[in-house]
Amino acid sequence: MRCEKCEKSEATVHLTEILNGNVHEFHLCEDCAKVKSAEVEQNFGLADLLAGLSVQGKPQAPVLLTCKNCGLSYEDFRKTGRLGCNECYQSFKSELSVLLKRIHGSAEHHGKKPIMIHQDPILFSAVIELDKVKDELKEAILKEQFEKAAELRDKIKSLEKGA
Amino acid sequence: MQINDLVNHTGEWFRGKGEHPEIVMSSRIRLARNLALRPFPSRAAKKDLDAILDAVKSAVDQIPYFKDTLFLKINELDNIDKQFLIERHLMSHDHAENPEGRGLIVSPEEILSVMINEEDHLRIQVMQSGLNLDETWKVANMIDDELSKLLDFAYSMQWGYLTACPTNTGTAMRGSVMLHLPALVMTKQINKVLTAVSKLNFAARGFYGEGTQAAGNFYQISNQVSLGHSELDVIQNIKGLIMQIIEQEEQARQALLVQNKLMLEDKIFRSYGLLKNAHVMSSQETIELLSMLRLGIDLKVVPDVDIKALNELLIMIQPAHLQKIEGKKLSAAERDKKRAALIREKLGGS
Repeated sequence: MRCEKCEKSEATVHLTEILNGNVHEFHLCEDCAKVKSAEVEQNFGLADLLAGLSVQGKPQAPVLLTCKNCGLSYEDFRKTGRLGCNECYQSFKSELSVLLKRIHGSAEHHGKKPIMIHQDPILFSAVIELDKVKDELKEAILKEQFEKAAELRDKIKSLEKGA
Repeated sequence: MQINDLVNHTGEWFRGKGEHPEIVMSSRIRLARNLALRPFPSRAAKKDLDAILDAVKSAVDQIPYFKDTLFLKINELDNIDKQFLIERHLMSHDHAENPEGRGLIVSPEEILSVMINEEDHLRIQVMQSGLNLDETWKVANMIDDELSKLLDFAYSMQWGYLTACPTNTGTAMRGSVMLHLPALVMTKQINKVLTAVSKLNFAARGFYGEGTQAAGNFYQISNQVSLGHSELDVIQNIKGLIMQIIEQEEQARQALLVQNKLMLEDKIFRSYGLLKNAHVMSSQETIELLSMLRLGIDLKVVPDVDIKALNELLIMIQPAHLQKIEGKKLSAAERDKKRAALIREKLGGS
């Protein structure tokens, strides 16, 4: 049997793909199978997670967000699993927050940071930090933790000055 | 330094040194980095890709470690050179397939390679032989620090390093270890081990490319999670897991020796005999036979072959390597002949 992709070499790998309940058999040569399985591996985990996200809990309306920096729409991201630029993290912040937590079990970075952070005039990292502290402030006020809220308010002031 | 200088050179990562070289082929740390405010490669225009290439080039020119490194533009390479670099684990298939605006840096000992404009702007890879993740991390961390003094990396306090794929966000680090596990395969325990590996959020892949079946009983184990744990914690976790797998493999090897010594030795010597005498060899057959011979060396059944020569063969028998050694394009049949000749030469056969 010939490989159905390149139609040149002998098909030695027989793959069964089940996608959305449809079963498809592939008969490929070794080289084409390598390419195919790399594709499957790359996309499988993430596509799965992204699909899982929408069926989780209440039915969700399609997310109609677009990154203001690179123009990537959230729907495109769902198709490819790849973001367009670092600003996408800001543009799709709440969606990504959920997704990152599902992928990694955490949405808090605990690793190293760059020796120098050059971004100017807006420190991108400070912007995200600022949003985070603002969220914490809202929560503290809701819980009537006024001492904590005062601390957070001061932190916001100093961050805004820095940014 | 030129690409051709690599052909007859033994990269550090397949020299068979470091801890547990009998089971661990190599350790690797990969860091993904992006330059702030530039679109990621998949959405970048040619001028962005070129600007990123230039920015990286001018940064590495100022860092002493990068002195004598090879700086390649992928669109200037022919197909054999591209395949050669993939076979040597210095770059990915994807990188070769979209050559425009893509670059690659390789250090002379092949410890460091940096893919420029692959899925992320920078993919910094450091590889060493044996189980050596601590040292590998030290080098990768140092290179990353040096680069971050000169380049503006996309980073957020909350989410760490920002990458094209959210599966890498955070430390953007993958640590991986290449293991040779023939006894676990022969005693049919490998699936049990791989299931445990995936339950612990680690991934297992084959040696000859992502997603391939584990030819030659080689498995690459790597972490999947990059957010919520520090780099050192992740490395400790990988090491802990790898030590357990090594112990299982050692036990399986001893069990084989006790229960089936004659059969095992026969299998090893048959492999050795074929390798030393055959005149036509497919790559698949070669890899399986070399795997058996590697086991024979580790168990001291075959005393006169060293692990470095064997590791070299595992790399050199691949198609683009054979064509680089021969200095011309070879058909599949010509490669099978050349492969057998090369093995006979290296193993001192007839």
